[in-house]
Amino acid sequence: MSVRRLAPKEVQPASFEFTPENLAWAKEQITHYPPGRQASAVIAILWRAQEQQAGWVSEAAIRVVADMLEMPYIRVLEVATFYTQFQLQPVGKKAHIQVCGTTPCMLRGAGDLIDVCQHRIHHDPFHLSADGDFSWEEVECLGACVNAPMAMIWSDTYEDLTKESMNKLIDGFAAGTPPKPGSQIGRQFAAPEGGARVMTSGGAATYTKVLDMPKEPALADAEPKKQTESANVQERPAPKPPAADATKANPPKAGAPKEPKTPKEPKK
Amino acid sequence: MLDDNDRIFRNLYGLDDWGLAGARRRGGWDGTKAIIDKGRDWIVNEMKASGLRGRGGAGFPTGMKWSFMPKDNADGRPSYLVVNADESEPGTCKDREIMRHDPHTLVEGCLIAGCAMGAHVGYIYVRGEFIREREHLQAAIDQAYEANLIGKNNIHGFPFDLYVAHGAGAYICGEETALLESLEGKKGQPRLKPPFPANVGLYGCPTTVNNVESIAVAPDILRRGAAWFASIGRPNNVGTKLYGISGHVNTPCVVEDAMSIPFRELIEKHGGGIRGGWDNLLAIIPGGASCPLIPAADCEELIMDFDGTRAVKSSFGTAGVIVMDKSTDVVAAIARISYFFKHESCGQCTPCREGTGWMWRVLSRMVEGRAHKREIDMLLEVTKQVEGHTICALGDAAAWPVQGLIRAFRPEIERRIEEFSRKATLDDQGILDPAHLVAAE
Repeated sequence: MSVRRLAPKEVQPASFEFTPENLAWAKEQITHYPPGRQASAVIAILWRAQEQQAGWVSEAAIRVVADMLEMPYIRVLEVATFYTQFQLQPVGKKAHIQVCGTTPCMLRGAGDLIDVCQHRIHHDPFHLSADGDFSWEEVECLGACVNAPMAMIWSDTYEDLTKESMNKLIDGFAAGTPPKPGSQIGRQFAAPEGGARVMTSGGAATYTKVLDMPKEPALADAEPKKQTESANVQERPAPKPPAADATKANPPKAGAPKEPKTPKEPKK
Repeated sequence: MLDDNDRIFRNLYGLDDWGLAGARRRGGWDGTKAIIDKGRDWIVNEMKASGLRGRGGAGFPTGMKWSFMPKDNADGRPSYLVVNADESEPGTCKDREIMRHDPHTLVEGCLIAGCAMGAHVGYIYVRGEFIREREHLQAAIDQAYEANLIGKNNIHGFPFDLYVAHGAGAYICGEETALLESLEGKKGQPRLKPPFPANVGLYGCPTTVNNVESIAVAPDILRRGAAWFASIGRPNNVGTKLYGISGHVNTPCVVEDAMSIPFRELIEKHGGGIRGGWDNLLAIIPGGASCPLIPAADCEELIMDFDGTRAVKSSFGTAGVIVMDKSTDVVAAIARISYFFKHESCGQCTPCREGTGWMWRVLSRMVEGRAHKREIDMLLEVTKQVEGHTICALGDAAAWPVQGLIRAFRPEIERRIEEFSRKATLDDQGILDPAHLVAAE
């Protein structure tokens, strides 16, 4: 849990109003949910308010959203403070840099990126740089672990970063010419460096072969799949004998006559 | 290695068009009507027969989950399908590739799953950070509406509406009941179970929550037959799976391969090998941050599936493997995971809210050795007190990595404590003043 509070009164704007486009968009969002369930749209609409308001959510915006959705103010306040992507104080005008610092990124050098931010922007997260253009924070997993380390600015992710490319990234945003989003070392999305090793054809070619596949099941009963040796690893209890096992329920009595296996010769 | 013909996600790396035309070329939306026409019982039975286990981490059989939904909506409550695309666990980034490069597999899967459980409305809850992915998914849904593949009066004869909703950076919303709370516009705090979502879910109506991958593989399973899917992997762990390989490997990537692939093969073939060679391996976390780590000795013979990872006291999770080589400060790596769980605890249950912070603080002292040896056992005991005493599994998820660390690397923690106290003793005697530090060593 993290303690998150609204920005102090001095920085809060007096009022907030959605632009006509955003208002229409918000009304459309509400129609996605059943009647009376308009509260479901609160995250999406609050998000749009944040986008409209230079990347942060003010108290005025929270009240406007609450009125629009007929929710008590406290419920929307709860949502705004619970979800960490809602910024509750002003962020950098040109870029708010979210550096992922969780273990997979940390293993590949997220510490260096944070170091760059600390030196170039501000020592502490959520603080504006001297010119007010930049701010940064360390976030918990942005979901691009195979492209670690990475950072997110506004809507785009910048992946496979190094100290140098992080510096370039900040330079780019400062100059108004941000680099192309995605991998900064030219990788094809989540493919291994140097190009995909599987499905190099792009997928469509493979499917034609799939269509030609025989329609009957790949596994016929006549030839059951053989268990590999490692299949014995299972921690499964040994099978119990069936409950209706006749020998268990009625053990043969000692004196009971048994059926002779081989017919004896009758005594005379 | 899995044959290219057996792959379900044929555009994983975005080499082809992700839109409807590309999806059709790759076989998407092919014969969907025939599948829908066979009816919900056939679909559920086929999914059961395929042996697909949920891909979100818990591994619950998907077909069985679908069969829990009520057969009729006699009480007037509609059924809902909710897709959990709130993929936030460190190490896991497989659903992202589905949503941005193969979104039509998911859209088609939603229609089929909706039909199988009698749900005419579906919501896909995408995590807030996936902004571009959300846009792709929405565009794919729009395309499907335009081609009349889904919607009120679609060509498949099963009215179905699909919407994209999103969160805003709360890991806990990946827990199914917290997700439902969030979808209702509240804080994402998990609900007590029972009642289970199949009875009382979204807006109090019957709901099934499935992972993106579980839904997205359904169309191909039904097209090619359950037997095909069941023939891949070993019994009880069948099918294909998206693996994410991150951390200290030469070429991290996401790749689709067969279940039950040996760990070493996975790393050598797709991950390009461990950085510095196989012998440089220290430990792995097999399926996202909540799984206990597996030390290198157990990785040699490790089979990557539900049973294989359980055999070495870990869990399969989402198959997002985090690899750590010998340069790793393993205590710091787990301490960072502890911080993650502390940060993401929703604050509802005391053992988790207080325990996660407690574990993180003790572990971060142990990183430098500033602790007593008896505190290791104390830490272990705290993890046992958090585990199983919370409403949702986040408490367990926070406890397991710490337990795994102590189980496998207790000597390392003790060594650090000894090192630190030895220095402290020398310091007390006045031997260790900074200027003469080297001499004293």
